[in-house]
Amino acid sequence: MEQSLIKDLQNIVGQQYTLTDRESLAVYGYDSTPELESLPGAVLLPGTAEEVSRIMRLCHAAGISVTPRGSGTNLSGGSLSVNRGVVVQTSRLNRLLEIDEENLTATMEPGLITSALHREVEARGLFYPPDPGSMNISTMGGNVAENSGGLRGLKYGVTADYVMGLETILADGELLRTGGKVVKDVAGYSLNPLLVSSEGTLGFFTGITVKLIPKPQGKITMLAHFPVLQDAALAVSAIIAAKVIPATLEFLDKVTIKCVEEYARVGLPLDVDAVLLIEVDGHPAVIAEEAAAVAEICTKHRCSFFQTAKDADEALKLAAARRTALSALARLKPTTILEDATVPRSCIAAMLKVIQDSARKHNVTIGTFGHAGDGNLHPTCLTDERDQDEIKRAHTAFAEIFDAAIAMGGTITGEHGVGIAKKKYLPKLVGESGIRVMRGIKQAFDPKGILNPGKVF
Amino acid sequence: MDYVKLINCMRCGMCLPVCPTYKETFLETASPRGRVALVRKVQEGDLDQSGRLLEYLSLCLDCQACASACPCGVNAGELVAEFSCERKESAGLGFMEDLILRKLVPHPDRLESSLVPMRVYQKSGLQKLVRTLGVLKMFPKPLERMEGLLPELPSRPLRQEIQEVTSAQGTERGTVGFFLGCVMSLIFSDASRATIQLLSYLGYKVITPRNQVCCGAPNMLGGDLEGLRQDARTNIDIFGGHTLDFIVTDCGGCGAELKKYGHHLDGDPAASAFSGKVRDISQILALHSDELKSRFRPLDLKVTYHDPCHIAHCQGIRKEPRDLLKLVPGLAYKEMAEADACCGSAGTYNIAKPEMSDRILKRKLDNIAASGCDVLVTSNPGCLLQLKKGLAEHLPGVRIMHLTEVLLRSINAA
Ligand SMILES: Cc1cc2nc3c(=O)[nH]c(=O)nc-3n(C[C@H](O)[C@H](O)[C@H](O)COP(=O)(O)OP(=O)(O)OC[C@H]3O[C@@H](n4cnc5c(N)ncnc54)[C@H](O)[C@@H]3O)c2cc1C
Repeated sequence: MEQSLIKDLQNIVGQQYTLTDRESLAVYGYDSTPELESLPGAVLLPGTAEEVSRIMRLCHAAGISVTPRGSGTNLSGGSLSVNRGVVVQTSRLNRLLEIDEENLTATMEPGLITSALHREVEARGLFYPPDPGSMNISTMGGNVAENSGGLRGLKYGVTADYVMGLETILADGELLRTGGKVVKDVAGYSLNPLLVSSEGTLGFFTGITVKLIPKPQGKITMLAHFPVLQDAALAVSAIIAAKVIPATLEFLDKVTIKCVEEYARVGLPLDVDAVLLIEVDGHPAVIAEEAAAVAEICTKHRCSFFQTAKDADEALKLAAARRTALSALARLKPTTILEDATVPRSCIAAMLKVIQDSARKHNVTIGTFGHAGDGNLHPTCLTDERDQDEIKRAHTAFAEIFDAAIAMGGTITGEHGVGIAKKKYLPKLVGESGIRVMRGIKQAFDPKGILNPGKVF
Repeated sequence: MDYVKLINCMRCGMCLPVCPTYKETFLETASPRGRVALVRKVQEGDLDQSGRLLEYLSLCLDCQACASACPCGVNAGELVAEFSCERKESAGLGFMEDLILRKLVPHPDRLESSLVPMRVYQKSGLQKLVRTLGVLKMFPKPLERMEGLLPELPSRPLRQEIQEVTSAQGTERGTVGFFLGCVMSLIFSDASRATIQLLSYLGYKVITPRNQVCCGAPNMLGGDLEGLRQDARTNIDIFGGHTLDFIVTDCGGCGAELKKYGHHLDGDPAASAFSGKVRDISQILALHSDELKSRFRPLDLKVTYHDPCHIAHCQGIRKEPRDLLKLVPGLAYKEMAEADACCGSAGTYNIAKPEMSDRILKRKLDNIAASGCDVLVTSNPGCLLQLKKGLAEHLPGVRIMHLTEVLLRSINAA
């Protein structure tokens, strides 16, 4: 990157917050995505929205790309700069600006950590449901840009269901305000949903307003052991068909159970093929009924053991253990390539079978866990980046899994985003017309293509 | 360095929210995942040490909170420590580090005599004078920090005073060896006295070999692996000369190091056997909680517990100290936020990286204040030193005590 440009950037954010040394560039060349690395030209840490706007204006004029970055935990390469542009980290923009108890909204800067928002709103008896596995470190800006889901998605939906208003700096540095605290708004096109899940390619969020709901009065956390994998999958569909909507309905297969238990030691069974982690929440009388219904369905589907968390502490430990699943799988092999295929819920059993068959056919080890209630599984291939042949087989298996997901009416990614990692599969899913419309939207927002280029398509 | 250990890090970022330096800076270079990446880049030949590499790595406290948080079993703190140790082995140390880590601390005799002038300095009133006049401002910064950290010293190190054999009270239940840490002996001798007394109360005969040497942790910090192995062999021989049920220590740092002798000596059977017997005092006391409970008398205290990194993260001990405190009648236990976050002491870190150490200490003090406690309990001399100073300066209403001091006080309470 040119020295004069670096000087100009320093003038905006300050020298201390302009990183260009080799070491810094090296560690901002990755995020949580396996196999991807790409060094930026500089890393900036602005302290105000105004600074973001000035960075954007400068880069726009100079034709330098800008890649927003929260905590770099995304799983699709979204926060990497592909052409030595600037990476702009939001960590200093991390204030919770307001909790409005009359309108039930919270307004914040994009660098606020998801679980910090949870803590603050829950202290006031309120609730912000989206809780990605990474919530202790992911930022709200990242969550919005990826439309992240979480463990409570089944009942409460995903990030998009809570975003009410955004302040977005556009590619040329202008501010765009969309939505706000109103619960109804049909003035013009709905831009919020478009910006949510835009993966940093349409604008840079500097302000976020989300909807809050009252905190559920109670919850019951349960764990069902299934000796046979398919029975667990069938139980998932049966629970939903029985008109019980648990907050959480998570699935872990044998490989995942073993890894999680090795780390977290919460007493998961090592001799079964699968467990379901189920949480119902709401009014105490209602959840007691729902829990009984869930227990009955699991028993009917041959669960060998059904356990109810004895207290809040045990419930918390089980959920926390589930959140470690992806990382815990890396205990077995150094490289974990995980996918995010999502199918209609009724197809969970069929999808699991496809995954198993593919793994066997291509001779790779796949551990599967995920938000079963959302039809969103994370088949994770345990491999070693030094074994190129195995890596190739893993990708072949995943291509097959994606095809199957699309054939079932599903999608190639339910929550991790397309980024760099799933670019080549997108046309298969959305077709030529889909790509054309998306390109048109990108063109309207960012004609010079400086915002997070090389992602999505 | 084992390359596989480096590539095992899958960069999920689970370590970021628990890393004290990341929490202060939000910089990837100051995070465990970033440090592993940097070391890996060096191993792969993409980075060398000519730039800011060492500066970034040296910000690591080696508190190993990242290891506790890592679901895939990577220990970033240890990897960085190993890397730095290897580097220091070949490149040598700075003047202060060399003095402290190689010349002084590993040698109890030298360390003890080095503090004689300090004791005179304190007792003669010279300290007061020097502090009032601000004379220390004229000396190098690290010296000023060290002086500030030093609390009032006991008149003699415990190592020179304690009898080698303390007999069991009542029926003898077993024999334990007591490993007396240098700082415990020199500065917190009251706490170690309490430890020995508690053991004896519980029916243990306590053997405290006078010729035991340093645990070796400072050698590791100073990049002197051979020195560490030498210490280990000496201690194994000395304690091996007695028939012991356990080897007990009340110093978290020593405990963590002693438990690694087997590893340091490549699985040597005597070393592994030694390490297998090592227990933190809280582990032994927790074995006898019923008996202790019946002897405890009420203490009207509001107490919170700070987990030393070397106890919580390196040894995985969190429950025992809390359970023991909760046994004391009248004692109101208050859990503080981020109890297992480092206090910023971290070996010589508070002298080498004063600015970051102070920021981390401040966060800890805020959490202590928010807990509403009037006594802070912990069980590692590094933490005791750092927090004692921090409390004196910022929270004078809060006292600090070693776990065994509180428990003994409860037994002796009227
Ligand atoms: C262990 C683990 C568990 C996970 N569990 C889940 C899960 O359960 N559900 C789920 O959905 N995801 C999950 N993820 C993925 C990831 O955590 C989410 O995608 C998260 O939202 C990323 O947040 P971040 O702050 O790390 O964003 P980053 O990774 O830094 O960025 C993600 C994307 O957002 C863009 N971006 C960031 N900030 C802004 C901004 N202010 N304006 C515009 N664009 C921006 C970036 O350019 C990038 O494209 C998990 C990841 C890991 C490692």
